[in-house]
Amino acid sequence: MRRARLGDRLLHGYTWLVIIWLSSPIAVMILFGFNDTPSKSNTRWHGFTLKWYEQLFAIPDLTTALRNSILIAAASTVITVVIGTMLGLALGRYRFRGQGATNFLVFAAISTPELVMGASLLSLFVSANLPRDAVTITIAHVLFSLSFVTVTVRARVVTLDPALEEAAKDLGAGPWATFRQVTLPTILPGVLAGAMLAFALSIDDYVVTSFVNGSTLTFPLWIVGSVKTGIPPQVNVMGTLIFGIGVLIAIANAVVARRRI
Amino acid sequence: MNRLYTPALVRGMTQPRTRREAFRIAGLSAAGLALAACGVEGQKAAPPKADAVQEYWAKQQKHGKVVFANWPEYMPEDKAPLEQFKQATGISYEYKEVINENAEFFGKADPVLRAGQSLGYDIVVMTNGIQLQHMIELGYVVALDQSKMPNFLANAGAKYKERSYDPGNVHTMPYTSGVTGIAYNTKYVKDDVTSIEALFDPKYKGRVGMMSDAQEIANFGMIALGIDPENSTEAEWKKAGEKLKAQRDAGIVRKYYDQNYIDAVSKGDVWVTMAWSGDVFQRQLAGEPVKFVVPQEGGTIWTDNMLIPKGAANPVDAMMLMDFLYKPEVAAELDEFIQFVTPVPAVQDLLRKKADSATGEDKQALLDMVDSPLMFPTDADYAKLHSYTKLTTAQEQVFNPIFQSITQA
Amino acid sequence: MRRLTPYLLALPSWMWLAIFLVVPLAAMASVSLQTGNVIDGFVMTFSVSNYSNAISGYSTQFARSLVYGGLATVAMLLIGYPVAYWIAFKGGSRKSMYLFLLLLPFFVSFVLRTIAWGFLLSDDGILFGTLKGWGLLPADFHVLATAFAVVAGLAYNWLPFMILPIYVSLERVDPRVVEAAHDLYATRGAAFRKVVLPLSLPGVFAGVLMTFVPATADPINAQVLGGTGNTMIGNIIQTEYLVNADYPTASALSFTLMAVLLVGIFIYARVLGTENVLEAAAR
Repeated sequence: MRRARLGDRLLHGYTWLVIIWLSSPIAVMILFGFNDTPSKSNTRWHGFTLKWYEQLFAIPDLTTALRNSILIAAASTVITVVIGTMLGLALGRYRFRGQGATNFLVFAAISTPELVMGASLLSLFVSANLPRDAVTITIAHVLFSLSFVTVTVRARVVTLDPALEEAAKDLGAGPWATFRQVTLPTILPGVLAGAMLAFALSIDDYVVTSFVNGSTLTFPLWIVGSVKTGIPPQVNVMGTLIFGIGVLIAIANAVVARRRI
Repeated sequence: MNRLYTPALVRGMTQPRTRREAFRIAGLSAAGLALAACGVEGQKAAPPKADAVQEYWAKQQKHGKVVFANWPEYMPEDKAPLEQFKQATGISYEYKEVINENAEFFGKADPVLRAGQSLGYDIVVMTNGIQLQHMIELGYVVALDQSKMPNFLANAGAKYKERSYDPGNVHTMPYTSGVTGIAYNTKYVKDDVTSIEALFDPKYKGRVGMMSDAQEIANFGMIALGIDPENSTEAEWKKAGEKLKAQRDAGIVRKYYDQNYIDAVSKGDVWVTMAWSGDVFQRQLAGEPVKFVVPQEGGTIWTDNMLIPKGAANPVDAMMLMDFLYKPEVAAELDEFIQFVTPVPAVQDLLRKKADSATGEDKQALLDMVDSPLMFPTDADYAKLHSYTKLTTAQEQVFNPIFQSITQA
Repeated sequence: MRRLTPYLLALPSWMWLAIFLVVPLAAMASVSLQTGNVIDGFVMTFSVSNYSNAISGYSTQFARSLVYGGLATVAMLLIGYPVAYWIAFKGGSRKSMYLFLLLLPFFVSFVLRTIAWGFLLSDDGILFGTLKGWGLLPADFHVLATAFAVVAGLAYNWLPFMILPIYVSLERVDPRVVEAAHDLYATRGAAFRKVVLPLSLPGVFAGVLMTFVPATADPINAQVLGGTGNTMIGNIIQTEYLVNADYPTASALSFTLMAVLLVGIFIYARVLGTENVLEAAAR
């Protein structure tokens, strides 16, 4: 028993180590949000200041870009999760004609280089005379996130025991009720994981977005544009706030979950 | 006309879920041609005939608004020059910082312009080079109205009125220029760097940065061999290629950079690197130990140019804005912010006068600008600066692989 | 109605993929068989030579991308599996919190993260400068501008895409099954190998699919973290498309890449026998 405990603790510590490793550049980002830099470049430490927090919205285009990114990420995550979960269910649970082709398409979407995806989507939108704006960006984001949600949900669905659903049906549950009360709770971790991946993919996408955005700016686009002359500290502050809010949500989640038990 | 999406192609390649879908897709594309004939038509345009140009402009009218697409950090935050334009002419403006790189911008603009659609911009800014060349050759650029450029003709420096890539100023007006030279970190490099050979010096093995852009690196390779890039031949490109390859094989180059050389040299990861003047100026202001020098053998000068893309909705207003930016006071305001090389020489005196009447930090900042050869190159500096090699499409196919095979091996 | 269920479920995604993926890709495939240049136009000539030229001209970068992608994937598997394991079995009520914390850094700008890594891993920066000052590292030691940095960057950027799917399938495993194995005198290692690992294979397959493929095609890590001689196929495609406007070559390269990756994943699935697992589950 003692050996098991030690192994568990090591793994626990290891998990935190990985989380910290993944977050280490964030620490640098947060730090430089307090840098009192006199010039446009924010790479050398000059001293501590809170002024960038005060001047957070001093660059209107940047603020708009951030807002666009959040809205687009939310919209594309919702759409992708819905249709991706459905597809994941179909692929993981059933056998049907065209399954192989569908699997291939899902694979194709992941393996298409972003540049090719962006350029070919642009050509499509141009041919269809569709103006490029937040709508086309959202369409593109759903497209490349779809496979990730599908694959993640499928990995979960594959482990479902069909007997449970059959039992529900035998007890008189309709298909929607069965889904809501039997299937969905079981696949929910997969759906949530897919949602998080989709959101992360959307909110930080550069290449595909750069082709289909028209003149709508998103946060990553704005930042890349500012690299040449120097990324203003407001960007660091915004990143810090996004990260901070995320941490608060995570903690709140943990607290609430604990109470439930 | 974009013929990529034809009904036959679509029907053959997809299985639309409903017939409605199929018809909709089919209807979206141009008239049907079989897959075998699928292709993208060339749009090679002959240079505009003078009367055609005049005819075009005769039909255009002022509309009262203008949409200006530019690179980031090329306009002060309060948009003062644009506001002044609005006061003076009553024309309202929309300013969008949507251009990050020439290649990327061309990649986005090509499908749109090829399909005959408008980009939605009246003024666009691109650097002289391959992509600008493509824009002009494909007929994507509206020829300027030569009668509406009084400020430009009066105030632009002589070198900016005679540019090899746009003789007669038919298509473009310069916006700002920059110099490619050598930047070095003074913490690690104790001697004064003056020669281009510093980039090839084995004592900096593994500590040298070069640019990944074929035109930039080709220029430096040729300058190092005493060749004038603007009038170079294929044989000379190959010679430059060999010198650059030798530099690479000897392990002298640490990395071929897109733009991140400035971080690398400021931190000291790289000690000597090809660099753009404005970047170094910025870092110096931030207190980084970097210095910039135009090699005695020569350097490169590039220009970001304003142009009117095909399909612009408000060309007359665009011409007015482009010319307005050549008023010396307006140009001075722009340059004070951008801190690259302005095409209007009178700006230097204007800024000096402003420095005289300023105080404290502002005064010092202005004086630094006025005295900086990075912002105001002297005639001696200009004599050493070369433009990029001018290439026809056929020559590109030879030029690019020579240098890309070195940077992308 | 039962028979129609999978078709109805798949329908919206099919439509999305058909319109926004298949049609554009088909057009790209057509372009890949054309010849010409951006000024004079491109004409369909069914020139398969685009493909052979692309492959022979860039075989080094292709091979290198597969190696870097493969190494990064193996690294992610080794680093990520234990994390997924621990969260799935021992995460308790805090599982979602851990997963969220893993992904949170990736909601923040990629550019900022990369610049921060450049700062941290700078030759004479906080980390290495200090170590060099203590004499623990030679003066010309550097991580940036090496193949190691590129692979590490790939592994870093795609790690959550390995951890999450593995977690998702591991979480399904009933801990009592593992206990039962212990009761039957299996050692911890054997219990893991014979019980847990096979049950997690769908997740591992998903993880590999979602990491190996994008990592191999990725241009950004090589661009930012690599030195000379670290160029990957994604960079080549970028140059051919954007700088040279050589659309046929860029398309040919992309399709070749996709084909190679497909073969790789296919082999992997056969070897792992994951296909069987998926089929069995679907029955």
